[in-house]
Amino acid sequence: MSQVTRRELSPGVWLRAVHTEKFKSAYLSFTLLTPLNRKTAGLNALIPYVLRRGSVGHPDMESLSAALDELYGGAIEAAVRKKGETQCIGFAASFLDDAYTLDGEKILESAASLMGELLLFPYTENGGFSPAYTEGEKANLIDRIRSQVNDKRSYANQRLTQEMCRYEAFGTDRFGDEESVAAVTPEALWEQYQKLLREAGVEIYYCGSARADRVEAAVRIALAALPESQKRQEPSCEVRVTAGFSPNVVEESMDVTQGKLVLGFRTGGQTCWETEFSALSMCNAIFGGTTLSKLFMNVREKLSLCYYASSVLEPRKGIMLVSSGIEFDQYQTAKTEILMQLEAIRCGEIEDWEMEGARRTLIGAYRAMLDDQSRQEEFWLGQAVAELSEGPEELASRLEKVTLEQVKHSARKLELDTIYFLKGKEG
Amino acid sequence: MEKVEFGKVGERMYREQLENGLNVFVFPKPGFQKGYAFFATNYGGMDMRFCLNGEWQDTPAGVAHYLEHKMFDTQEGNALQELAANGASPNAFTSSAITGYYFESTEKFEENLRILLSFVSVPWFTQESVDKEQGIIGQEIGMIEDSPDWKVFMNLMAALYESHPIRVSVAGSVESISHITAETLYACHKAFYDPANMVLCVAGSVEPEEICAIAREILPKQAGPIAEKSYGPAEPPHVAQALIETEMEVSLPLFQVGFKGESAPKGEAVLRQQLLGELALEALLGNSSPLYARLYREGLINQNFSYGYESDPGCAFLCAGGESKDPQRVKEAILEEAGRIVREGISEALWKRLKKGVYGNKVRGLNSFENLCVGQAKAFFAGTDFLRFAELFASVSREEAQELIASWVVPERTALSIVRPTGGGAA
Repeated sequence: MSQVTRRELSPGVWLRAVHTEKFKSAYLSFTLLTPLNRKTAGLNALIPYVLRRGSVGHPDMESLSAALDELYGGAIEAAVRKKGETQCIGFAASFLDDAYTLDGEKILESAASLMGELLLFPYTENGGFSPAYTEGEKANLIDRIRSQVNDKRSYANQRLTQEMCRYEAFGTDRFGDEESVAAVTPEALWEQYQKLLREAGVEIYYCGSARADRVEAAVRIALAALPESQKRQEPSCEVRVTAGFSPNVVEESMDVTQGKLVLGFRTGGQTCWETEFSALSMCNAIFGGTTLSKLFMNVREKLSLCYYASSVLEPRKGIMLVSSGIEFDQYQTAKTEILMQLEAIRCGEIEDWEMEGARRTLIGAYRAMLDDQSRQEEFWLGQAVAELSEGPEELASRLEKVTLEQVKHSARKLELDTIYFLKGKEG
Repeated sequence: MEKVEFGKVGERMYREQLENGLNVFVFPKPGFQKGYAFFATNYGGMDMRFCLNGEWQDTPAGVAHYLEHKMFDTQEGNALQELAANGASPNAFTSSAITGYYFESTEKFEENLRILLSFVSVPWFTQESVDKEQGIIGQEIGMIEDSPDWKVFMNLMAALYESHPIRVSVAGSVESISHITAETLYACHKAFYDPANMVLCVAGSVEPEEICAIAREILPKQAGPIAEKSYGPAEPPHVAQALIETEMEVSLPLFQVGFKGESAPKGEAVLRQQLLGELALEALLGNSSPLYARLYREGLINQNFSYGYESDPGCAFLCAGGESKDPQRVKEAILEEAGRIVREGISEALWKRLKKGVYGNKVRGLNSFENLCVGQAKAFFAGTDFLRFAELFASVSREEAQELIASWVVPERTALSIVRPTGGGAA
C-alpha cells in the first residue's frame, strides 16, 4: 500500500510524497502556482520552456539531454497547466526507479538536483535570460497556441470557454494569447521570473520507492537557493453561480467535414468545496461522463446523431461542458436531444443500472488512479490548488452514499450559459 | 503454466497454449488496484485478401475495423454497457496488423473477463444493426480525415509503398464501407477470430491458473482453420514516390519523413531490429543527438518533433516528423547527417549514453499494463516475447546501428510527406 505525506518545507512551499514500491519509475514535479490572468498568462507560460533550454551547469539542449540519458533516459518536461483560475507552471519528471538501474546507482538525488538547477540557476547572458532562447521559445509557444486549432474537438471546447468566461480569469487560456507572447522581452520575462520565485506558491510532488525523509532531504538541497518569502500567494477562484437570461450563441465556420457543438453550463455553485459535489460528479457521469451515459447511449448509439458526445466538469470553477461531433445539419436535432437527456435526469428518469454503472465507473477511476503516477500527480495538484486534503479513497467513499434524489437535485441546478457551434465553410 | 522470469526488469510472465490453440500470457502485478485484460486477433486493417478452406476472398477496406465496432453487440444488448455497468473501462482498437479488445477494472475482474471473452468470440449481428453502424463509422472516418496528423502519415505510407496494404486506411472510406454486409462480417470473424489465431494477455493482481480456467470455460474447445493472408507482390527497396504534398487547415506545415527498410524474419530478429532501429534513430536525430540540437536551434523543428521505428508483417521503416517551416531542409539535413555517421561512425561515448537512455525508457514503459500486454501480443504474433528486450539489449552493437543507417537512410529509400496550410499561408 502507498503512504502519503504532506509537509511544509518553508512558508508556502509544500512537499507531497507518496511512498510506494510498485512502479518502475519515480515521478517528481516542481510547480509554481500563480493567479491566472490575461496580462501575465503568456509571460508565465513561457518561463518553464525558456528554463528548460539550459542551466548554468547544462547550458544547452545537448548537454541537458546527455545528462538525462545518464539518468537512464529520465524525462523532464516543462508543464503549463490551468486548475480553476490558477496557472500552474514548472517541471514534471519521470525517472527510472533506483531498483532497476544496471549498477545500483541512486537516481533521485541527481534528478532532484538537475530539476532544482533548471528552476533556479538558468543559463543567463548579461544577467538575464538568453535573447536567443527567449526568441526561440516565444516562436514555439506561438506555434503551440496556433496549433490548438488542429485538434477541432479541444479547440471547440477552448473557444466555448473563452466565450463563456469572457469577463472572468477562467476565459484565459493556459498559454495566454499570441499577442502577449509576441510582446515578451527577455527583460520582462526575467522580471516576472524573479517575481514568481518570491511570490508564487510552490508545490512539490514525489511518487516512488524513496521514503519521505529521503525525498525531503533531496528536495531541500535541490531548492536551497529558492528565496525565503512570507508572501507566497494562495490560490483563489471566482465562481459564477448562475447563467445569463438566455444562452449566448456563438457560431464559427472553418474548413472541416464534421461539425462541433459545445454547450457550456454553470453548475449553480456546485464546486469541489461543497460536499454535494459528489452528487454532481454522479450527475455528470450519468449524463455524459462514461460509455454508459445517456449521451453516449442515446445520442450516439441509439440515434447515431454524432460520433462522440460527452460531458466534463471543471470542479473548481463550477462549470460543465458538453461536447459533440455532429453533421452540420444536425445542429438543432442534436442540441434538442442533448437537452432532453438532461431533462430526463432532472425528472429522475434514471435506471438502477445507470446509477450504479456511473458509481462503479467513478469509484473505479479513483482506485485506478492509485496505479498511475502522473494521474495521481494531476489529482494532488488539483487538491493543492483547491487547498483540499481528501485523497482518492475518501472521494470514492463519498460516492458510495449519493442517492438518486441528490443527483436529480444536482441536475436541476445546471444552467445553460453558452452554445458554441463550429461548422463547415459552405454550411 | 510455464513461468518465465525477467529478473532485470522485475517482471514475471506465465504462459500456456490451451487445447484450442489460444495462447495465454499473465503478468502478476502485486500491489496494484486494477486488472487489465487484452484479447487480440492476428488480423487487422491490412488483411483484406485471404484464403479460407481453399477459397481466396477480397474484402473491402475497413472491414476489420467495422467488425471491431460490431463485435460489442450481443444477444442481450451491448457488451460495452455490460462492462461499464461493472465499473470497467472497456475499449478496442484496430491497427494495420491486429485487432484488440480490452478492459481495465478494479472490481469484478473475473466476471468482466468472462464478458470480454464471450462477446469477442460470439458474433451477433443482423443486417439492420450492420447498416446502422454505417452512420457512426462514417462520422468517425470524417473525423479522422479532418486530422492533419493522420493525413500526413497516411500520405507517407502511400509514398513509401507501391502496393503493400499498409497504404490503406484502417477505417476504410465512406465508399468502401458501404459494401460491407452482415455476411462479410461473419466471414471475416470465421476466418480470423479462432482461438488459435488469438492471444489473451492479462496483467494485475490475478491468479494465472484462474485466467486459463476462465478461457477454457468460455471459448470454443477446439481450434478451427485459420485463413492464409496475402499482402500482394513483394515491395521493391526504393520508395514509390519521393514527395507527396497536400493542403489542410493547419497553422504550420506538418511533415513526416520516412526511410523504407526490410522487414525482419519472424522470431527474435524482429525484436532485435526494433531495438536497432530505435537506437539508430536516437543516434541520427534523437533528442540528445547533435542534429536534433542544431535543427531545434535553427527553428527548423520544435517540441512536436517525434520519431519512431515501425514494423508490421511485410514492412518496416523509420519515420520522423512534426511541424516545420521548411520540411525539405529537415529531410536534407537528416540525409547529410546519415552520410556523416556512415563516414565517421557513432562515437562510443554517445552510443553508451543512448543505450542507457533507451533502456531506462523502455523499463519505465513497463508501468503501463497496456504497453506490457499489447507489446506481448504483438511480439508473440511476430514470433518472440516482448520482455526479451532486456536481455537482447546488451548484444546490439554500434556497428549494426551504423549499417542500418547506411542501408536505409539514403535518398532512394526516403519519402517526404507534407501537409501545408490552406492557400499557402504561413511560410
